[in-house]
Amino acid sequence: MKKQINRLEHDARLNRRKSIRFWFDNRAYEGYEGDTLASALLANGVHLVGRSFKYHRPRGIYTAGSEEPNALVQLEEKAYTEPNRRATEIEIYEGLIAHSQNCWPSCKLDIGIVNSWFSRILPAGFYYKTFMWPASFWMIYEKYIRKAAGLGRSPAEPDPHFYDKTYAHCDVLVIGGGPAGIQAAIAAGQTGCRVILADEKSEFGGMLLSENMLINGMPCHEWIESKTAELKTMSNIVLLNRTTVTGYYDYNFLVANQRVSEHLGPRVSVNSPKERLWKIRARQVVMATGAIERPLVFGDNDRPGIMLASAIRTYINRYSTLPGKNCVILTNNDSAYHAALDIADEGGQVSIIDVRTNPAGAMADSAASRGIRILANSTVAGVGYSRGRLRYLEAMELSDDGLEAVGKKQKLPCDLVGISGGWNPTIHLFSQSRGKLKFNENHHCFLAGRPSQDNPVILAGSCQATWFSRECMEEGHAAGCEAAKRAGFSADQQFDGVKTGQLEYSPQRPLWILPGGHPIGQGKTKHFHELHNDATIGDIHLAVREGYESVEHLKRYTTTGMGTDQGKTSNLNALAALSETRNLPIPELGVTTFRPPYTPLTMGSIVGHDCGDLFHQKRKTPMHPWHDQAHAVYEDVGDWKRPRYFSLGNEAMHAAVQRECRQVRQTGGLLDASTLGKIDLQGKDTRWLLNMLYTNAWDKLEIGRCRYGLMLNEHGMIFDDGVTTRIGENHYHMTTTTGGAVRVMSWIEEWLQTEWPNLEVYATSVTEQWAVASLSGPNAAEVLQELTDIPLDEESFPFMSMREGRVADIPARVFRISFTGELSYEINVPARHGLVLWEQLMESGRKFDICPYGTESMHVLRAEKGFIIVGQDTDGTVTPMDLGMDWIVSRKKQDFLGKRSFDRTDTSRSGRKQLVGLLTEDPEFVLPEGAHVVSELKSSPPMNMLGHVTSSYRSPNVGRSIAMALLKDGFNLKGQTLNVPLMNGTTQRVTVTDPVFLTGQ
Amino acid sequence: MLLIKCPWCGYRDQSEFSAQGEAHIARPVNPHELSEEQWGDYLFFRKNPKGVHYERWVHSHGCRRWFNVIRNTATDHIHATYRPDEPVPEFSDEETDQPA
Repeated sequence: MKKQINRLEHDARLNRRKSIRFWFDNRAYEGYEGDTLASALLANGVHLVGRSFKYHRPRGIYTAGSEEPNALVQLEEKAYTEPNRRATEIEIYEGLIAHSQNCWPSCKLDIGIVNSWFSRILPAGFYYKTFMWPASFWMIYEKYIRKAAGLGRSPAEPDPHFYDKTYAHCDVLVIGGGPAGIQAAIAAGQTGCRVILADEKSEFGGMLLSENMLINGMPCHEWIESKTAELKTMSNIVLLNRTTVTGYYDYNFLVANQRVSEHLGPRVSVNSPKERLWKIRARQVVMATGAIERPLVFGDNDRPGIMLASAIRTYINRYSTLPGKNCVILTNNDSAYHAALDIADEGGQVSIIDVRTNPAGAMADSAASRGIRILANSTVAGVGYSRGRLRYLEAMELSDDGLEAVGKKQKLPCDLVGISGGWNPTIHLFSQSRGKLKFNENHHCFLAGRPSQDNPVILAGSCQATWFSRECMEEGHAAGCEAAKRAGFSADQQFDGVKTGQLEYSPQRPLWILPGGHPIGQGKTKHFHELHNDATIGDIHLAVREGYESVEHLKRYTTTGMGTDQGKTSNLNALAALSETRNLPIPELGVTTFRPPYTPLTMGSIVGHDCGDLFHQKRKTPMHPWHDQAHAVYEDVGDWKRPRYFSLGNEAMHAAVQRECRQVRQTGGLLDASTLGKIDLQGKDTRWLLNMLYTNAWDKLEIGRCRYGLMLNEHGMIFDDGVTTRIGENHYHMTTTTGGAVRVMSWIEEWLQTEWPNLEVYATSVTEQWAVASLSGPNAAEVLQELTDIPLDEESFPFMSMREGRVADIPARVFRISFTGELSYEINVPARHGLVLWEQLMESGRKFDICPYGTESMHVLRAEKGFIIVGQDTDGTVTPMDLGMDWIVSRKKQDFLGKRSFDRTDTSRSGRKQLVGLLTEDPEFVLPEGAHVVSELKSSPPMNMLGHVTSSYRSPNVGRSIAMALLKDGFNLKGQTLNVPLMNGTTQRVTVTDPVFLTGQ
Repeated sequence: MLLIKCPWCGYRDQSEFSAQGEAHIARPVNPHELSEEQWGDYLFFRKNPKGVHYERWVHSHGCRRWFNVIRNTATDHIHATYRPDEPVPEFSDEETDQPA
């Protein structure tokens, strides 16, 4: 095992008593509790951790946080594996396994590097340009491109973890647990209001964790501990560490992802949720999200060993690691001088390349007094890199205008480079909440402008370019008080203030892209502004030359900012390059809107518990246990599980359905019709309402009689059908299709509430209150009579009527209605008696040879009689007349919903699609539903389509296949022979008939 | 996600509601007397403003009542909600309608 050669003496935030063993690319390493994978690798002297997305260039660790564009690894293996995880965010645990990505056979020797040699022909927009033609070839290219581009691999096995979701409300949500956020949470918490403090890191403290300064004479890490302890004593504050607020939506609705147990390792965390998604509605929001350092862009700036200056500080002060021995800091501002001072403090060699003409002031003095060499007014002309390690930088002087490198090259040997181009406030969430961003000329970055939400977010700390911790704390305190006040709490505590002794900064020099030895975009040297997706300044120049000048176009053409890091380190540099190329100031270019999530979310976290059996409800009828025992095969109808057929022995569906259909017409069958939508309607105006809802007239329906009705929308198109029965003077029982029950109920509620609020009608959904067994067939009356004393003779119980009585000693409503064309009784009993009713009917039906049948047989039986199914034979473009059902449309009623639309030009024209029957030439051939019907057959499409097959079955009772179709001018085509071209290239000839295939009884 | 004040239930998440399009479109009393254009206007034509919009919502996963919402489609700011039988409330662009 390698020694931790870069480990420093002090403990920093590590637990040095607990060492942890982990594997990276099949080699064992050791780190300490508190390390991230990145810090532990750097401590072990590992700089090269992966290959880049497009050119397969060697890449290292670039940052120390969630903004990392480079060090993406494949975490764990098999079912536990996760691609594209940032090494800078993974806390190490015993036995961790990680692999580098995007390289084969290994990170050091990667075949894909050939992409780099061909980089001249892999410019921006390469895929668009190359693979546009012929379109069908994309199918072939895609396989290879996906493999070549890759990044990580998704697991093939199901995820062994589970994930949680929770909803939360609070008065004040504080996002970010740095100096500003901590003070904001304490200040708000002191008022007694409910506070949530969320921070993405494993512990609170923010940038102070990367610091070594004194606060009120106390080391800043001790200050963090005392404040964290104080927060923990406040019971009205929910502390969420390892929790990233990823989305900020309307009305202060925010989504946060908490990594609950991931840091314990996958084999431990299967027993508790791995992650928890918080959906938070906050009265007030305080953003204390800090800032992210931005890089300077120069030739070959992507070499391993080059990282943000602030990251070096984090590795030293938080992780007790100095990632190199011989360092160069490259900067345009004073903040990076801290990194140089920290390196010097730890005994490292360090020099500073400062692009400013004359760096002066407290920071420069401080560095100079430590003997640190400062190369002022200088730039980088070359990067020496070989065998996985940085070797040297070449410095040159800057010309007066800063646009060229001049003078002699100076070689600076080094194995670590820290870069700083200033800081970008982390205002992603502000932008997500639709706040406007404004470019600030003093700080050279975007700041929050006008907020858009009614309860505007309050910002505090460096996310609004307040750079010194002392001021961040003051702002945090003020923000916490203000938020509590706006939430209705009294907050008048004073803030004592702190002393930090931080030195003042001199202004930065806003130089974004450093000139080198030769022109940008030419030669082998690449200037990466965007490491994640391998986008270069040269790509931006190319995009502008090709006319992709707007920010939105540039982003998509060069893929800048479209990686999983969302361009946290690259966006502003891309804008700066565009600004230079187009010779326009940055504010005039605009900026793209940040979108959630701030950092990637796992699918597991989004799904939560809503998977497997909990993905969707299953509705089961009271008879379901019987169906299970009778080997029912189910069909999903809406949320319902309906028996599709009952398999006898090894019977397959076709055989079962043929048997069931025959038996229903020969002796009888029993169908579970409990899922049918049922609506109870009462009140004196119900009849008036029915007259409006249905096409036919309801005035003369007597008590105890049933009537079938078609329901239309205002366009005159059928959207539901069913039988409605008059139970009493002002009491009706309406049935709907199984799938349409909710729709019809809502339809009735809508009209009653919005258009006819003065009607006295009470509509109640009773679908689940009634269990329904539909007994059908020649023996139906005999079977039922065994169980009831309701007289069933034709005279006392005629077709289309309802009788109340007892069936199997259960109070029942029996409806004599039929969907099979046979004598049928739909027996409704209170749902809790449904199973008993069914069992009694099956028992009584045994000697009359009754069989249970399912929905598939129901479909065949009704099609034999030419009965439609709404949604199968209709599709929202079909009128009653199109079905040949003119008989159900009242001529006398002046108005009903949809009536006026019958006169619309399109509804009343000739040549509309109409429902007909089809008989195939081959009587055993069953047409596929959806097949197109044409008159004139051509050798290849397109052919003039007349319509399509809506229903198609093998009917045992007709003794052949039958089908229904919607055909243009179909009624006039009856008797004609047409063609149905099939997917397999053959054609079936069909004869157009009436859609009623069985007549009689 | 919007926070909508149901006139009967108070403030609830948007996920409890369904949007139902433009409000205050009365069904014509005598549809058969309308011209093709007038009926077509009732059936098909809806306002699609950038700005203040009067719309219908239903508390579908709550009390199932229909009501009206005055919402700015550009900012998603809700100026007011009111029952179908209430007069259209007056509002100012400055006014906010949020729980304290």
